[in-house]
Amino acid sequence: MPRVQFEKIVKTYGRVTVLKNLDLEIEDGEFVVLLGPSGCGKTTLLNLLAGLIDVSSGRIQIGGKDVTDLDPKDRGLAMVFQSYALYPTKTVRGNLKFGLAAAKLDHAEQERRIAWAAKLLQIEPLLDRKPAQLSGGQRQRVAIGRALVKQVPVFLFDEPLSNLDAKLRTETRIEIKRLHDETRSTIVYVTHDQIEAMTMATRIAIMNAGVIQQFDTPDAVYERPANLFVAGFIGAPAMNIFPATISTAGGKPSAVLKGVDSRIDLGGYAFATAPREGDSVMVGLRPEHFLAPNQTDGDVAARFSLPVQYTEKTGADATGYFRTDHGLMAVSVSPDRIGELRQGDVAALGFPHGKVHVFDAAGGQRL
Amino acid sequence: MSSIAEASLRHSRSVDETVAFPRKKKRISGRQIAILIFLTICALFFCVPLYVIVVTSLKSMDQIRQGDIFSLPWSLNFDAWVTAWDKSCSGTVCQGIKVGFVNSLEILFPSLVLSIGLSCVTGYALALWNVRWANSFLFVLFLCAFVPFQIIMVPLIMITGFMHVYGTIWGIAVVHAVLAMPILTLIFRNYYKGIPQEIMSAAMMDSGSFWRIFGEIILPMSGNIMIVVLILQITSIWNDFLIGLTYGGIGTQPMTVILANVVITALGEANYNVDMASALLTAFPPLIIYFVLGRFFVQGITAGAIKG
Repeated sequence: MPRVQFEKIVKTYGRVTVLKNLDLEIEDGEFVVLLGPSGCGKTTLLNLLAGLIDVSSGRIQIGGKDVTDLDPKDRGLAMVFQSYALYPTKTVRGNLKFGLAAAKLDHAEQERRIAWAAKLLQIEPLLDRKPAQLSGGQRQRVAIGRALVKQVPVFLFDEPLSNLDAKLRTETRIEIKRLHDETRSTIVYVTHDQIEAMTMATRIAIMNAGVIQQFDTPDAVYERPANLFVAGFIGAPAMNIFPATISTAGGKPSAVLKGVDSRIDLGGYAFATAPREGDSVMVGLRPEHFLAPNQTDGDVAARFSLPVQYTEKTGADATGYFRTDHGLMAVSVSPDRIGELRQGDVAALGFPHGKVHVFDAAGGQRL
Repeated sequence: MSSIAEASLRHSRSVDETVAFPRKKKRISGRQIAILIFLTICALFFCVPLYVIVVTSLKSMDQIRQGDIFSLPWSLNFDAWVTAWDKSCSGTVCQGIKVGFVNSLEILFPSLVLSIGLSCVTGYALALWNVRWANSFLFVLFLCAFVPFQIIMVPLIMITGFMHVYGTIWGIAVVHAVLAMPILTLIFRNYYKGIPQEIMSAAMMDSGSFWRIFGEIILPMSGNIMIVVLILQITSIWNDFLIGLTYGGIGTQPMTVILANVVITALGEANYNVDMASALLTAFPPLIIYFVLGRFFVQGITAGAIKG
């Protein structure tokens, strides 16, 4: 199983630079998710690895071999596409077989692999059907099967679940995770869905504007976002971010939050560099870390009292939105208790110790 | 339909007066009448001459000499058709128009294969592969579609002569392929542009071979457009006169050229019934193609590459 290395990758289209000097190393057998908003360059990066487009400069290595100038078929990759891209005139069997026949495998081996993949993905009854006769979920399985039969060391997935309905998406997610556990192949997976990224990845590369913002485990990007972009991108509802000023009065660091008339205790926060009095910072508070509204007795890092703007309830989750001078503050509330929050009422909110995130106001980097 | 449903229908019809929001009955409007008249006139433009040709071909020369071209034949008489097919004279050869029919068939197949094959592959390359200067090439091709054939006729004679195909069936096929290439390439290229990029990407990762992808993936997806192009080409090759006349040898004259000879070279009086029958015989094959494949023609023009 090889590692995949991107070195100093630059990709420009005319005057537009999509990827700027990008470095990324993916270890053996990893499940790496490239996550980012539309247009961040994640699909471009995947296509560069696949060889479907050429780099402007830089080098791509797979298993220590420079593949930058190799044709897609010679790179030892298989790819699953968003629209499945099944060959419409071929049967499922024909779809699986095309790549194998092109690789000049002998007939028995082709049949063996098709049987193996069909069994693994439970598409045996579909083998003689055309793609038009399959449902979306079935097409997706065939597309995965077409990649699997090639038995390559590196698999690429380009938003493979985005055309499926919610239930099927969850099922297929588990399926792909299981396939990774079974085959131990290296997987590079592009998505804009953070749930997919958080559930499947061994490491997530979060990209924005052609730059990798953070490359770390799902837990790490959630618990220690490297900068404001990652902090705002990971987590739903999104992290509340407020401008604040550091105060070190009495040797205990705290931050005075603007717009919410509150102060948050930063005692115990692992600062990378010691904060100074008067520093401008951004403070991030995750909605799900707030204590239940109006139950803020005891020791908390910060207290707020804010009017309710509106509430949202989505079955298992509920969110209250509170009005501040810096937009709305989202707070996750137990769905049983969301009914207690009435629009316009002022509620007391508490934020516990040790959950706050502090970022440099100028550069957005984590402090 | 079940009797209950029928009964309810009858019932609903009987209570028409009590319908809450009755719709006005649609009368034929003046505008529709005008359109109908216009369309009828258009149809007559084609139908009247056709009628004359058909009835004349069935008349005897005696009746034709009466001069009433719109009259129906006195008796159904297919002699002229038999003569046209079997015995009419093109120059000094009196073997009928069937010679031309065979020649036209012999011209048709190589011409079809050459012209469609060439433009199909060119369109595929231009649409789905990274070809340098592809757009400039397309533009030049597009300009070529407007060059009148007569301008390049003489140079083409020299070129086909140089290729040692002048005066043979292959000479005619080459010229047909060259002349059809601009428009057919554009048609194929636009059709193939409609194939999703991801299918091509998948094929590139699976095989990467130009011909294998063409043969196994793209060509099987081309059914619709093939029928359109086939109809266009069969019609234009069959109906062609100038290329066949100019590039064909004595033994390879297509049906249209033979037809012209039959009509022009009558000795003594003009046998109008034989001429008309010959013309109809010559026109039949494309007509049959239209009747058989016409349905697919419309489908093919409107359908994209991907179904379902």
